Amino acid sequence: MGDVSEFSLPVRLFLRAYRWRRIDPVPWTLLTKPLAQCRVALVSSAGFVAPGQRPFDNSIRGGDVSFRDIPSDVDPHALIDTHRSESFDHSGLRLDPNVAFPIDRVRELAGRGRIGTINRRHLSFMGSITAPGRLVRDSAPEAARRLVSDGVDIALLVPV
Amino acid sequence: MCLVAAELERHGIATVAVVLLREVAERVRPPRALFVPFRHGYPLDAPNDPERQIAVIEAALALLEDLSAVAPVLVDYVSRYRD
Repeated sequence: MGDVSEFSLPVRLFLRAYRWRRIDPVPWTLLTKPLAQCRVALVSSAGFVAPGQRPFDNSIRGGDVSFRDIPSDVDPHALIDTHRSESFDHSGLRLDPNVAFPIDRVRELAGRGRIGTINRRHLSFMGSITAPGRLVRDSAPEAARRLVSDGVDIALLVPV
Repeated sequence: MCLVAAELERHGIATVAVVLLREVAERVRPPRALFVPFRHGYPLDAPNDPERQIAVIEAALALLEDLSAVAPVLVDYVSRYRD
């Protein structure tokens, strides 16, 4: 079960006290065409980087708000888990990165026509960002601009 | 992730976010969220089990296909598999 009881007491206390940013108003984009005609991108917060990419920086106070473009033809088993959190079990990710970055599953869905096309890149963030100001101001708008410029219709966001 | 989802929606990209903490999704309110009852580190259920992973993704895609939904959407994933 995914709930706060998984975490240590200090983490639970932090989560309880943390002032989460409430999205208000909630933006809303309706699909205007069938999924079979949509271009899809993945957005992950598992802290994966592709071979040769700079790892996420665990030393930044408040969290590393940067993100990486993950090429669509990546071998998922070549992805490197650089997530800083020790609050969860990383063994599943290392065994099968698709459990948090489901590129093989997306390829299967595209292969049978359930979705239209797979975007040429996907986006990888690192979660555990406790100071999201720069994420909201800089990183998220830049991520959106990239996916808009690619003609992405839908994004599947997967945490870890 | 919820904050990124909101920004993508503002730019005209429809999103669905898998979430592992229901109470956080209730407070932050991403546009469309599928709450999954899995441990952190296993957001799409089991490693090396494509069928289970696809089942979660299909449930997420169904939220995108529901054109009558009203924001914010937060739906509980119900697995058809027995552990």
